[in-house]
Amino acid sequence: MQTAVTPESDPGASMAPGSEAKPTSQPAVAIEHLRKTYGSLVAVDDVSFSVSEGEIFGILGPNGAGKTTTVECAIGLRSPDSGTIRLMGLDPHADKARVHEFTGVQLQSGAFPAKLRVGEIMDMYRSFYPHPADVSELAGALGLADKRKSYYRSLSGGQQQRLSVVLALIGAPRIAVLDEMTTGLDPQARRDAWELIEHVRSRGTTILLVTHFMEEAERLCDRVALIDSGRIVALDTPAGLAARATGSKSVRFIPSAPFDESLLTRLPEVTAVEHDGRHIVVSGTGELATAVIVALHAAGVGTQDVRIDASTLEDAFVRLTGRHMHEAEDGAES
Amino acid sequence: MSALPLSPPRSRRGAFGNMVLNEARLAWRQPAGMVAGTGIALLLLVIFGEIPAFRQPSSGLGGYSPFEIYIPILMAFSIAIIAFTYLPGPLVSYRELGILRRLSTTPVPAYWVLAAQMIVQACAMVVTLALVVAVSIVFFGIPAPRSPAGLVLSIALCVAALFAIGLTIAALARTSGAARGLMAATLYPMLFFSGLYYPVQLMPAFIQDISDYTPLGAAVKAISDSWVGEFPPAQQLLVLLAYALVFGFLARRFFRWE
Repeated sequence: MQTAVTPESDPGASMAPGSEAKPTSQPAVAIEHLRKTYGSLVAVDDVSFSVSEGEIFGILGPNGAGKTTTVECAIGLRSPDSGTIRLMGLDPHADKARVHEFTGVQLQSGAFPAKLRVGEIMDMYRSFYPHPADVSELAGALGLADKRKSYYRSLSGGQQQRLSVVLALIGAPRIAVLDEMTTGLDPQARRDAWELIEHVRSRGTTILLVTHFMEEAERLCDRVALIDSGRIVALDTPAGLAARATGSKSVRFIPSAPFDESLLTRLPEVTAVEHDGRHIVVSGTGELATAVIVALHAAGVGTQDVRIDASTLEDAFVRLTGRHMHEAEDGAES
Repeated sequence: MSALPLSPPRSRRGAFGNMVLNEARLAWRQPAGMVAGTGIALLLLVIFGEIPAFRQPSSGLGGYSPFEIYIPILMAFSIAIIAFTYLPGPLVSYRELGILRRLSTTPVPAYWVLAAQMIVQACAMVVTLALVVAVSIVFFGIPAPRSPAGLVLSIALCVAALFAIGLTIAALARTSGAARGLMAATLYPMLFFSGLYYPVQLMPAFIQDISDYTPLGAAVKAISDSWVGEFPPAQQLLVLLAYALVFGFLARRFFRWE
């Protein structure tokens, strides 16, 4: 994918608020002690985090955990009960108009008039922003280039979703807030969207990404806040979270010949060796796979069909909340 | 607040124009209201004008022919149909679809879309009313309005009153279905009091009194007076202005963007 999502050439324009004068000090997003209730339901309870410029920050959790409420407060769509929110130092409620010039938003729900054409919607949204991105490049990156003459109602669900991602980025925002960006996308479209986001970030855009896809968070995010029942239960890099879930890994393989298990059990990395049909499953820590394969090779035993299982964000979620994501989603309201 | 070196906003001239253009496209592509508001009014005008009995002056109608009586009624009718087809329903569906919510995350105020819709409808009304006036004068030999200023003012107040009522319906209705129901429940009685189904002049006195205080009844009277007489009396104009102000206030008070 060759894309350049850049503000159109506009020599006089300073493209990055804060990029020249204050390269380091100020976080792009700063949220402190955010709390939001709907009646007796506490949707968000004392959430604090800050996101640096150019960072991809994930908010991960089951439906109803408070992810959407958090970002909707962050962009000024909802008023928090308490807490402070700053986007590039500005309060999104008090400074709505200015904040909306450098933010781009993709909401979870939302449609457009059935009988407008895709290109007409894009051109209109583009005209809202002072330094917009190049529409053809954005549309091309998400496979909508040949849909610009189509009516909105003729788009598939996935195409509508991709259009809403395009519209979130059409103002060449400094901060993009994407709520369940790839829900409903097929695997190829999902990868295209991920590539586009990485590309947009490489241009300095800060991304606030709400997702309940573990794979998406692992692939894209620099840091992830794991939210459950309105609270942040963990905040770390995806690898850090996964490592926190469990220290152990496992290696699974088919040996080319029978061998003495003590070959492996005496290795410091190995904690257990089990048989599973023709497979051997070795559990342990550290550089487990290397240690196992080297030891067996030295004994003249080959290994086939090797699979390494490291713990994932999914494991981290289970470990930190005591529930599986899909269990948490049952009965949760969104 | 730290002073951010944000570049000054470039003029968004064009953003509002794009909104108006898209609303015009939508009206053109979903022409039911335009067809009803413009087409039916013109069709009835021509049919009534071709019925010889409708061209005979009638003493019960103050010496005017039924055709002449119907011209202002059809004008008020087309204003009402265009205003009510395009204002409450689509606006509520914009809210249902999250279009207003999405707009409120852009630098552009969400009410611009409302202003854009009103401009498109006002243009449709101007074209329709100009056609009704022109056809009446050119094809049916009706004398030109004697108080053009009064006519324009009456029409403007009628449009303002109906927009305000339409916006109030949009504010109160939670779903576009409910908006359509409220719209019908408001529109048909208003049309009755305008004299569309039967000339108000021939109805019992108390119905005529009520009619004077309904938006379309007052509008029809103001338009007729401007056409055949002098500047319309204050009463009708004040009734229309009161509707515009009261419902404008209610709409503003109760309107929700999401």
